[in-house]
Amino acid sequence: MNAPPEVAAGYELPTLRTMSGGDPRRGVRWGRLVLIAVALAFLTAFLLLPLLVVFTQALSKGVASYLAAISDPMAWASIKLTLWVAGIAVPMNMVFGIAAAWAITKFEFRGKSTLITLIDLPFAVSPVIAGLAYILIFGAHGWFGPWLQAHDIRVVFAVPGIVLATLFVTFPFVARELIPVMQTLGRDDEETALSLGASGWQTFWHVTLPNIRWGLLYGVLLCNARAMGEFGAVSVVSGHIRGLTNTMPLHVEILYNEYNYAAAFAVASLLALLALLTLAAKSILEWRQPELRAGGRRT
Amino acid sequence: MVYLSLVVLIPLSATFIRSLDLGIGHFWTVVTAPRVVASLRLSFGAALLAACVSALFGLIIAWVLVRYAFPGRRLIDAMIDLPFALPTAVAGIALTALYTPNGWLGRVLGPLGIEVAFKPLGVVVALIFIGLPFVVRTLQPVLEELDAEVEQAAATLGASEWQTFVRVILPALWPALLTGFALAFARAVGEYGSVIFIAGNMPMRSEIAPLLIITRLEQYDYAGATAIAVVMLVLSFALMLAINALQSWALTRHGGQR
Repeated sequence: MNAPPEVAAGYELPTLRTMSGGDPRRGVRWGRLVLIAVALAFLTAFLLLPLLVVFTQALSKGVASYLAAISDPMAWASIKLTLWVAGIAVPMNMVFGIAAAWAITKFEFRGKSTLITLIDLPFAVSPVIAGLAYILIFGAHGWFGPWLQAHDIRVVFAVPGIVLATLFVTFPFVARELIPVMQTLGRDDEETALSLGASGWQTFWHVTLPNIRWGLLYGVLLCNARAMGEFGAVSVVSGHIRGLTNTMPLHVEILYNEYNYAAAFAVASLLALLALLTLAAKSILEWRQPELRAGGRRT
Repeated sequence: MVYLSLVVLIPLSATFIRSLDLGIGHFWTVVTAPRVVASLRLSFGAALLAACVSALFGLIIAWVLVRYAFPGRRLIDAMIDLPFALPTAVAGIALTALYTPNGWLGRVLGPLGIEVAFKPLGVVVALIFIGLPFVVRTLQPVLEELDAEVEQAAATLGASEWQTFVRVILPALWPALLTGFALAFARAVGEYGSVIFIAGNMPMRSEIAPLLIITRLEQYDYAGATAIAVVMLVLSFALMLAINALQSWALTRHGGQR
């Protein structure tokens, strides 16, 4: 709930009356201006400038070299791989997110709070450790390593490993957004539908899904942004094989470490554009559905 | 639920089980090596410092966004989530470009004797970037729901604006501030992408623990990597438990005011 401006103004009135000495209005004004200035300066230094620097550096050698950098075959391969990985990981976590939120909000069972904690676990674990865990299981010296090698299946240092690592880090997003939405909805609508003779699947498709669609879209949006941008976990399991297992963020790193700054920032600018699009879509969703804001900030 | 255990639980428990292969004596030698201790100290120290800065400025920003109307407020509100949406590698190279000696901010700070890029301070800067939205986003809803009457009562009783803030508003914000701090801290400890570009990664000085894990992996020292990972996991879980306890203490103490 946003406090309307008149309420915000109401906060000051009594203060004005009771402040002693000088022009009270001035004291309040100065405090407010200083705070706004501090906040804006901090945000400029920490948010705005980094964003601007990406685009200026990307275009520092002219538009032609910018276009050359993003149409480079290796850059293309990384873009395609990133889209593939997100295309697999996001729907999988979407299905899981719906199932988990459904189970948590519509049924009572033992260990429910444990389940909620476990869903949030990937937020608390370093992505690098997540990647390491997959290497310990699927790597050459891992639990399934010898078996996988015998059957000529590559998981680590190949695309399946990248998908798994992405699944891990984007695991909580959809469920976290849906749980509060479905909690407020309750289960009355579903029970009505079921009592009117609808099958479980019909109930889900015609009753639950329309109810949660905005929350779902919101979660998928955040999930997708993270899936396309994940670096730490993917970096551990990918093996950095150019053109084969290089996602966009990894390609940025390689170009950067080769001192090919303009090209690195060119690919980075595509990811930055993705981030801006995500933010824009998110804001539009929030203005349409104000209750999502509270859900998104639930901790 | 099978999916949950496949994707999350089995990998994590694998990390713990594999670290047992080492044996306690060897494990201890690995994790008390000076380079490992230095990297852990940097990761946790920088994360702590960054979370404190994020908490302070996050409080100011949330306050300004909720209480004051000024042009562009909505745009800035939307911008707060940028660190969530911007891939960390992009954030890393952008911050590095800003703070290198000939970058936009590095040029200004350099003559003042403040070096950020390729120094431990750079790690802190990157972690502030990562942690800031956690604090702002946890504080905003609480600030919005604060009861205006309590503040008005304090003001009519003769409290100055500052007194009202310290005695009335701040106690009500403590739990949310702690949550935001904890989230920012947890994220910062494990952060990799945005840090490695700006840190310079010198062993003993500006090498973070997650990077050391990757270095060990590249040397095929799986046991060493696992040992560091386990120490990180245990330390961060312990810290999160402590913060949780502190938070429930703050909640019971100031619960009446929320």
